[in-house]
Amino acid sequence: MSEQILKVAMPKGRIYKQASKLFREAGLPIPSDFDDTRKLIIELPEAKMEFIMAKPVDVPTYVEYGVADIGVVGKDVLMEENKDVYELLDLGIAKCRMSVIGMPDWKPTINPRVATKYPNVASAYFRELGQQVEVIKLNGSIELAPLIGLADRIVDMVETGQTLRENGLVEMESIFGITSRLIANRVSYRLKNDAIQGLCDRLQDTISAKL
Amino acid sequence: MSKPKVFEKPIGVKDYLPGAVAKLRHIEREVLACMQGWGYEQIITPTMEYYDTVGMASSTTDKKLFKLLNNRGTTLVLRSDMTAPIARVVASLLKESAFPLRLSYHSNIFRSIEEEAGREAEFFQTGVELVGDSSADADAEVVALAIASLKAAGVERFKIAIGHVGFLNGLFEELLSGRKAEQEELKSCLLGRDYVGYREKLRSLALDASVQGELESILRLRGGQEICDQALQLRTNAEGRQSIRHLCEIWDALKAYGVCEHVLIDLTMIGDFSYYTGMTFEGYAADLGFPVVSGGRYDNLLAQFGRPAAATGFALKTTRILELLGDSEETELERTLVLYNGSGRSEALSEAQRLRAEGKQVIAERCTAEELERLYKDFDGRTYTFKGVRYNALSAFVKGGDRV
Repeated sequence: MSEQILKVAMPKGRIYKQASKLFREAGLPIPSDFDDTRKLIIELPEAKMEFIMAKPVDVPTYVEYGVADIGVVGKDVLMEENKDVYELLDLGIAKCRMSVIGMPDWKPTINPRVATKYPNVASAYFRELGQQVEVIKLNGSIELAPLIGLADRIVDMVETGQTLRENGLVEMESIFGITSRLIANRVSYRLKNDAIQGLCDRLQDTISAKL
Repeated sequence: MSKPKVFEKPIGVKDYLPGAVAKLRHIEREVLACMQGWGYEQIITPTMEYYDTVGMASSTTDKKLFKLLNNRGTTLVLRSDMTAPIARVVASLLKESAFPLRLSYHSNIFRSIEEEAGREAEFFQTGVELVGDSSADADAEVVALAIASLKAAGVERFKIAIGHVGFLNGLFEELLSGRKAEQEELKSCLLGRDYVGYREKLRSLALDASVQGELESILRLRGGQEICDQALQLRTNAEGRQSIRHLCEIWDALKAYGVCEHVLIDLTMIGDFSYYTGMTFEGYAADLGFPVVSGGRYDNLLAQFGRPAAATGFALKTTRILELLGDSEETELERTLVLYNGSGRSEALSEAQRLRAEGKQVIAERCTAEELERLYKDFDGRTYTFKGVRYNALSAFVKGGDRV
């Protein structure tokens, strides 16, 4: 079974470029001209791999069902989706953090509302703090919510803080740090262990060398 | 919620149509026959049990149990596994039976559905329990039987990973002596398959470099018998060493069974610590994202029913195995059509009975004499479709005259 192709669920967009760069640095023959491709499945026979280009939030689902053996995904998605997969390696790329954000003059309200793309993360966080908040799920432009009065705070990913500053918002608390992780399916991790462990080791060496 | 449409079913349950049932029955027959060949006798227990007895004893978490009230207001559960009901039977109806007891089952199991992938509310499990034998040979017998059962079910390419809960307990007790909370956190990382979290946690403990190195190295303890030798190099206490020796003995026994090609040792594979007490294992088939079998030793369960005893066993995820088997497995049944008109009835029906007695599947249909003539002429001797059913043999009867 050692000759089998390793199916890798890759997140399209922002993380893909950093991940494919890391894979290349680890010596994997991945052409850079795929960085802007619109193809959904990319075969990489020299690397004995196949990339499945997925929406980032769907990566853990592909891996959990085993249609992809491994995947690259942000810790934010893993925390939100809570899938049954192996979290093998911190790739150290796409660094950012999950934070609570609000207006600079924020004061506790009687019926606090929090808008977010991450309802599970947000409600767990406030529950553990013993605060009762109403969590509102939005799918994008979360920063709008406090500006137009839908919510008094938001929970979202912060990378540089640029968007926040431009919209007059401030980061109030940081919930956890985020980087991209290498995840593996329960079955693939055993049946394709040599290939997955080999890839892990090469990536780990590359990451350690950067530190 | 609005009223369901007439054809709707509760979430997570399934209908099985004839093709699927034929396959399921085939698996059930082959696997139970295999288990019987190893001396395991099948038992059936009720679908419902008391929450306070079997429900509490089972390894299923509370929120995954289907609970209901009977007319006296007592909480019942739909069985969430067969291990706890069998333990109840062993400690009651079979109280006088000498150990070891070898029991098998094929049964539907209920779990209140979770969001996790591949989880169904009702599914089939086929398995065994070997009660009253604490030896490595008993563990090996169960693993070897799991392998034989998978083969009997028609699963060709698979691996069984074996671990032991005592190994991690021993290692943590030795290297993180007295730090229970930290041990629990590390175990919960491993149980959640979060290796990144496990390494981060280790780093945050500011351990001696060699201790940290040893604790990190266990993430790689996967492979053949050499893993046991590597594990014995690690500092551990008596429990840990005993666990490894037990695993080595299981491996030797599996070698004697000639099944080691299917087995790997994986010391990072840990089952539920509150339930399993020794060896644990999981089986994986190529082309399926979820395990097809799981099992292990649970020496504390029987005591909860008042008859303390060592026990080990496994359950095949029969419903998932069903997914694996292609249509090629299905052997098309020979089906005969007996066509008759009014006056040919008595000959036709007795011919049908004669063929059935030979073990053939026979369907008798009545039609008009003209229709019968025409259909008989069209039959090319191989297959024929009549009213949507495919036949590969035809007998036709007209007015008492017999034509085959």
